[in-house]
Amino acid sequence: MPTEPVIEVAGVTKTFAGVRALSDVDFTLHRGEVHALVGENGAGKSTLIKVLTGIHTPDSGHVRRDGRISTIYQEVNLVPLMSVSANLFLGREPRTRFGLIDRARRDADAAELLSGYGITADVRSPLGTLAVGEQQMVALARAVETDADVVIMDEPTSSLEPREVETLLDVVRKLHESGIAIIYVSHRMDELYRICDRVTVLRDGRSVHSGPLRDLPRIELVSLMLGRSVNEIEKHGTTAFGEDHHADTQPVLEARGLTSKPRVNGVDVTIRPGEVVGLAGLLGSGRTETAKAIIGALPLDGGTVLVAGTPVPRNVKAATRAGISMLAEDRKTEGIIPNLSVRENIVLAALPRLSRFGVISRSKQDRIVDTFITRLRIKVSSPEQKVAELSGGNQQKVLLARWLCTEPRILLLDEPTRGIDVGAKAEVQALIDELAREGLAVLLISSELDELLDGADRLVVLRDGAVAGELEGAELTREHVLKAIAAEVMDDADSH
Amino acid sequence: MTMTTTRTAAARTKVLQRQGAAVALVLMVAVSWLVFPRFGSPDNLRDLALQGSFLAVIALGMTFVIITGGIDLSVGSVYALGGVLAAWGSQHGFLVALLLPLVVCGLIGLVNGLLIARTSMAPFIVTLASLLFARGLLLVITDEGANTYQIAADSAFVELGRGTVFGFGYPIFIAAVLCVLGGVVLNRTSFGQNVFATGGAEQSAVLMGVPLAKTKIIVYTASGTLAGLAGALTAAYLQSGVTVIGVGLELDAIAVVVIGGTLLTGGMGTVLGTVIGVALIKVIQNVINQIGTLDSNYQSVVSGVFLLVVVVLQRVLRR
Ligand SMILES: Nc1ncnc2c1ncn2[C@@H]1O[C@H](COP(=O)(O)OP(=O)(O)O)[C@@H](O)[C@H]1O
Ligand SMILES: [Mg+2]
Repeated sequence: MPTEPVIEVAGVTKTFAGVRALSDVDFTLHRGEVHALVGENGAGKSTLIKVLTGIHTPDSGHVRRDGRISTIYQEVNLVPLMSVSANLFLGREPRTRFGLIDRARRDADAAELLSGYGITADVRSPLGTLAVGEQQMVALARAVETDADVVIMDEPTSSLEPREVETLLDVVRKLHESGIAIIYVSHRMDELYRICDRVTVLRDGRSVHSGPLRDLPRIELVSLMLGRSVNEIEKHGTTAFGEDHHADTQPVLEARGLTSKPRVNGVDVTIRPGEVVGLAGLLGSGRTETAKAIIGALPLDGGTVLVAGTPVPRNVKAATRAGISMLAEDRKTEGIIPNLSVRENIVLAALPRLSRFGVISRSKQDRIVDTFITRLRIKVSSPEQKVAELSGGNQQKVLLARWLCTEPRILLLDEPTRGIDVGAKAEVQALIDELAREGLAVLLISSELDELLDGADRLVVLRDGAVAGELEGAELTREHVLKAIAAEVMDDADSH
Repeated sequence: MTMTTTRTAAARTKVLQRQGAAVALVLMVAVSWLVFPRFGSPDNLRDLALQGSFLAVIALGMTFVIITGGIDLSVGSVYALGGVLAAWGSQHGFLVALLLPLVVCGLIGLVNGLLIARTSMAPFIVTLASLLFARGLLLVITDEGANTYQIAADSAFVELGRGTVFGFGYPIFIAAVLCVLGGVVLNRTSFGQNVFATGGAEQSAVLMGVPLAKTKIIVYTASGTLAGLAGALTAAYLQSGVTVIGVGLELDAIAVVVIGGTLLTGGMGTVLGTVIGVALIKVIQNVINQIGTLDSNYQSVVSGVFLLVVVVLQRVLRR
């Protein structure tokens, strides 16, 4: 599109405490286009966006903006304690004749506006009471409604459900039709190819490609992001996950009749050493709750958990001692301690084991941390870097390292690849595979069916907190899983 | 189903946070009225309101500070300093007596605000330093407290503290007007929204374009100024700049704000709640005085228990 640019960036470099986040980046956004910004985690996408919006000042280079920019940042950036409507209109509230905020009108306007985004919650309730997806939609509505010429979306769909993703893509289309230029950051290829005109690829802080998206084959795009040749990727992509796990080996984890009202109603799961068992099911089918019940983080109304045949007492500490570790779904609230260093975050769970009489051996710590940083290929400037400064994929690896250094026998992984890009995702998946091959028993929870089908040796399908089916070998197909879910739905309909 | 449970839980939290102190106040008043014949007398009630008005003025500023996620430990000392400055200034007429404490205390608040907003020093530390500073300054200008400045009984300034309308002292009206204004500012202006956003999620607030530094500076300046005003009013009422008052008053102010339902961690709170918190504490003090045989230190014991209950409830209900 040969129109004049609304944003033009030339030769921008930005360094954080020794980490070069952007080096000599060029980027041009034309009026009215939808521009995909892609790259592996840590490639510098979010940093580039913060340079564009003026939150970061570049060390060198030029940034030219022409028009108002409105941004939806990667993590929901609203105020949870304030009402939905207050968040939506913060800084541009409707006024009464006396110059005071007109609350009635603000609430009415907010309700009307948000219904267009499929949100029907009470706009006067605190934003924090909404689901994460809904919050993201409020952030979207806020960004879109500010009469901007440019709207930037940094991984807006990472916390959305499929239905909400559709709403979001509709909004993008409408914005596009009204002539607003959009920068769209996502690692979901489907979305990119559906809505974007052009693409810029960042790799290790450099802009390595810029051009029309449609002419670019997907595999080519991935290879640009990863910096590896297409052949290599194709070869890697065919690595088989599934291996035979002999039914005669003793299960290391046996959960029988797990019940924790209201979400878990009599679930049985067994995992053998070296096996990856996937938990499939719709959102809200009790997958996370099942994992939490196994590790003792949820009170049980019934059922037992056995590790290598021995019952485990019902608390997280005992479960950890028995060799169960869990990587929680929400790394921001349930795992990462942003202000501590990478080293401190990694050794946190292993401290009891690393200390003697309460004194913690620093050299032991350093050795373990170095091992994991190398082994999991965690990108850090030093082990003392604050975790908050890492990209999502690297934060996830830090968490994984934390649990691995407790030397677990059973690893419960809840959405381990959520919100991280394709490159890091492939790495984490490969890592899971590798760990299983070393004899770890893995329970894998994922909303992405393909990830489960690729990664798991066996699938337990949940519906309404109960097992709707178990699939193995040749049954590990999309159809079988959907059937397992659907069959239950039909039974349900019959019984009413 | 989980939706409705979280909704009702949220509603319950809201009611208890908003109305918990109000319910306690109504019960306290009703019981005291029945048990202590003197409690309900107009004189006693007027006195109660007057005593409460000084604390209310300080707590109003504290409400804003706490909603931004901060704390102001200097208000007790600043309050005492304000009183001394007013008494000293009264030699030079009404305006000096009123404005001198407002300006000096406002400046102390401004410095608090600047330090907190521009450096990343914790409000706790900064205002602890100004607590010491203000108390020290007070001791310097009063010869280590040996010199108590008196205010001429017939001066206009004394009228400000002792004058009445229908028996209700002027400070009551001043506090009432300020609290109404404070409520409007908090809920109906951009500044008020910025106060909530600052305390609710500082990083998000930055990205939403909230001027963090400005908001904090204003809030601490207001807190200092209001503490100075409360000191000046107290001096006018007592007809002298008493040097030993205000010790630990910052803790009373924090307590009433929190009892009134403002979250100590910031982001949520109301001026009305604070006013109710002030009333509650003052009624408890009044009743303990009426019992007579009880040591007045029980005031602190009872306030402490109340505060603990409220904080524990906030914690439990927010699960
Ligand atoms: N505020 C910061 N301080 C230090 N390092 C940072 C900061 N923000 C980003 N980085 C580093 O810059 C690099 C690029 O990060 P980011 O722009 O978030 O990547 P992306 O959004 O593409 O995943 C990463 O290595 C990250 O650790
Ligand atoms: Mg990012």
